[in-house]
Amino acid sequence: MAEVVLKDVRKTYAGGVEAVKGVSLDIPDGGFCVLVGPSGCGKSTLLRMIAGLETITAGSVAIGPRVVNDVEPADRDIAMVFQNYALYPHMSVYDNMAYGLKNRGTPKDEIDKRVKEAARILAIESFLARKPRALSGGQRQRVAMGRAIVRKPQVFLFDEPLSNLDAKLRVQMRVEIKRLQRALGVTSVYVTHDQVEAMTLSDKLVVMNAGNVEQVGLPNDVYKRPASRFVATFIGSPPMNIVPGIVEGDGRVAVGGHMLAVADMAPGLAPGTVLDVGLRPEDLEVSGGPGIRLPVDFVEELGATQLFHGKLDGAEMVVQAPTGAITSDTRQLTLTIDAAKVHLFDRDTGARRGR
Amino acid sequence: MVEKRRFGNLVPHLILLVGVSIVAFPVYLAFVASTHDAATIANGQMQPVPGPHFLENYYRTIFVGTSSSTREPVGTMMLNSFVMAMGIALGKILISIISAYAVVYFRFPFRMTAFWIIFVTLMLPVEVRIYPTYKIVADLGLIDTYAGLTMPLVASATGTLLFRQFFMTIPDELLEASKIDGAGAFRFFKDTVLPLSITTIAALFVIQFIYGWNQYLWPLLITTKDNMQTIVIGIKKMIVTQDALTEWQLAMATAVLAMLPPVVVVVLMQRLFVKGLVETEK
Amino acid sequence: MEKRSVISGRLLPYLLLLPQLAITLVFFYWPASQALWQSFMLEDAFGLSSEFVGLENYAALFQQPEYFRAVGTTFIFSTAVTVLSLSVALLLAAMADRQIRGAPVYKTLLIWPYAVAPAIAGVLWLFMFQPSLGLVARGLRSLGLDWNPLLNGNHAMMLVVLSATWKQISYNFLFFLAGLQAIPKSLIEAAAIDGARPTRRFWTIVFPLLSPTTFFLLVVNIVYVFFDTFGIIDAVTGGGPAKATETLVYKVYSDGRLGGDLGGSAAQSVILMIIVIALTAVQFRFVERKVQY
Repeated sequence: MAEVVLKDVRKTYAGGVEAVKGVSLDIPDGGFCVLVGPSGCGKSTLLRMIAGLETITAGSVAIGPRVVNDVEPADRDIAMVFQNYALYPHMSVYDNMAYGLKNRGTPKDEIDKRVKEAARILAIESFLARKPRALSGGQRQRVAMGRAIVRKPQVFLFDEPLSNLDAKLRVQMRVEIKRLQRALGVTSVYVTHDQVEAMTLSDKLVVMNAGNVEQVGLPNDVYKRPASRFVATFIGSPPMNIVPGIVEGDGRVAVGGHMLAVADMAPGLAPGTVLDVGLRPEDLEVSGGPGIRLPVDFVEELGATQLFHGKLDGAEMVVQAPTGAITSDTRQLTLTIDAAKVHLFDRDTGARRGR
Repeated sequence: MVEKRRFGNLVPHLILLVGVSIVAFPVYLAFVASTHDAATIANGQMQPVPGPHFLENYYRTIFVGTSSSTREPVGTMMLNSFVMAMGIALGKILISIISAYAVVYFRFPFRMTAFWIIFVTLMLPVEVRIYPTYKIVADLGLIDTYAGLTMPLVASATGTLLFRQFFMTIPDELLEASKIDGAGAFRFFKDTVLPLSITTIAALFVIQFIYGWNQYLWPLLITTKDNMQTIVIGIKKMIVTQDALTEWQLAMATAVLAMLPPVVVVVLMQRLFVKGLVETEK
Repeated sequence: MEKRSVISGRLLPYLLLLPQLAITLVFFYWPASQALWQSFMLEDAFGLSSEFVGLENYAALFQQPEYFRAVGTTFIFSTAVTVLSLSVALLLAAMADRQIRGAPVYKTLLIWPYAVAPAIAGVLWLFMFQPSLGLVARGLRSLGLDWNPLLNGNHAMMLVVLSATWKQISYNFLFFLAGLQAIPKSLIEAAAIDGARPTRRFWTIVFPLLSPTTFFLLVVNIVYVFFDTFGIIDAVTGGGPAKATETLVYKVYSDGRLGGDLGGSAAQSVILMIIVIALTAVQFRFVERKVQY
């Protein structure tokens, strides 16, 4: 087991494209770190640099006490699960799992013991003799996991391992990966573009955008106190509403002609400053008294909850409420929000304007 | 089918049957001729049904040789043809699979130059450079040797291009997984690339075996001794166009024997071919 | 298209390329450059010395009526074989493409002549058409036709065209069948719903969609007729009678062998190389355009 430490890691491609622009990160021993971001944000490149599949342009990657910049992937003591599983199509499930151990000269009976054990954990014992093409997507996924765990590596690397599965299987495998990682206690780095996976799996969430780390933290902290407008809209579903607001004074912002109290507001913001105000759809409440007036265009029924869509000062706005809490044919909502749940962001930089 | 036909598929069947007959007739006739005696054929009395001299003619052809000349028996010629065809097919597969492996999986100075040097040869069949090539082979002392027969025909871009194309379809992740699994250049080739290439190798083998077996101009020039002749050259020498003395029954037996191996390869490997296409996953 | 992941190694890739490159350089580039060089040289009658004569060999070539005759022969030969073999193959492929019983059997029965050597194909046809004893020749004679490919140049040409076509049908058939099977059935059905009868459907929908295959085969067939038919001509007619079936490739062979005119033969080789390179380039540009399209 080992911690993974990245120091100012950069990746510049031959064409001059900067994929990763200086990332520093500390993943503690046994931690589960999820890199999340839109496609092209550099998360996969970063993972592949940890794996040794991409060269590191600048900075350093350390696994345990050892800087591994110039170490071959095979010698980094890592295992990786690929998006398309990358199972060897001509080898049986057993051989797929055993291959890495064979190449390292592990004794036959030891290989056999480890493969059988991994197969038992993953419940794939009954098709060890089959070829990958005779397996379903979920089964292939398990074999890919099995290939990683037989090696008993210091670090697991996951590159969007669930994105080739259907929605139902994805939820099931997500839970299994979490359980497995807990049980084995192996440091894990997991790349995904799915914020639900990111929130549920990680104990260290890293949100990336355009080659930079936007925010690192516990998933709930990131959700509750996003460091930037980007993070605010990326984490959470449906995404956070961003509406224009004007600073009225300390702790007060006008939104849609209504005054909102704000608990977390940077000191010294001049009245009249225009900010982006972030309001999560699930945080907005219907007010008995005064509030933001939102004309409702239409309602989406999700079963447990309803989404009320409207426009406020030209910005799209969504309100989420438990089904039945608001009658579906409501034409206008009057909304308030807890002062602690109002997020302020700089209009230009998108940075959080909090204390 | 979009329409319902009143007469079923009579017309297509008829046309295809006519096509198959035209394709098969010359070969059938050759077989028929190989079972008659010389006189029947020479007198123009041969009927299109097999005669009684099958064993006799084939025995003479394979083990004795034609009597009017000092020709080698066809058995020797077939061996020569076989060695040449196998040499060309296997040699080509070997050198092109490793060169394609280098071009696809490595990055090195002059990589594209090397690729283009090979690629251009796609455009130069041996026929257009026949005499200079002959001279080089003669200078190397390779006349009447298997090496001289095969080597100039071993190099060509076809195989390299085919393997390159196939390697490009192997997912990058397999190499990456192999790297993590501790496989180097040699192991990745042996454990992953080679097993995955079996179908491509088989396909190339079929084509190149036939290409090699059927060579004509090159062996015609490069072999001077009768015992180095290939069967395709041999049969030509048995036929004296202007001369009624041609032993047609033996020539036709030779033709049948000359067609047999490549046709068998095509018919048998057709299955493997289709199998490979159907079962290729992904 | 390039691989994202590569294997590191400095010397290894060169070692892997070495056999292929060595053979290519020795047996392709060296002879080809020799041919080019010789085409500018004139050897004396004894082959003792040679001098640089520039384009003289080419000029001499273009003054030979026989050369232009070979050009004409090649043109007639390749046009006849290409048109014949393509049309027969297309007809058979269109029939085999219909969902009739036994289509795979027909396929197997039609593709095997691909494996027959051109020279053997020539011998088979020669045997059928041999004037005195050939089965077909006897039939023609009994119809009152004075059939004799050994003396009549036109008859000889017909014979080599038939042999070359017979051999090439299987190749064209395979590609046409693959091309036909790649055409989405929904297009045919849409045309049927639009009221097009089968024949009309074939010419307005299927044939245009087959055009990449047809074009590809056109070039391949021309190259085939140029080079691979050498064996047929040598076995059936030996270029005769009276050079009636002497194609460009055959002339390179017979001039170099019998005449010993190395410079002239080399000049002819160079012209052939240029023709092949031009054909390949045309093919390539077309493929490229198709890919972009």
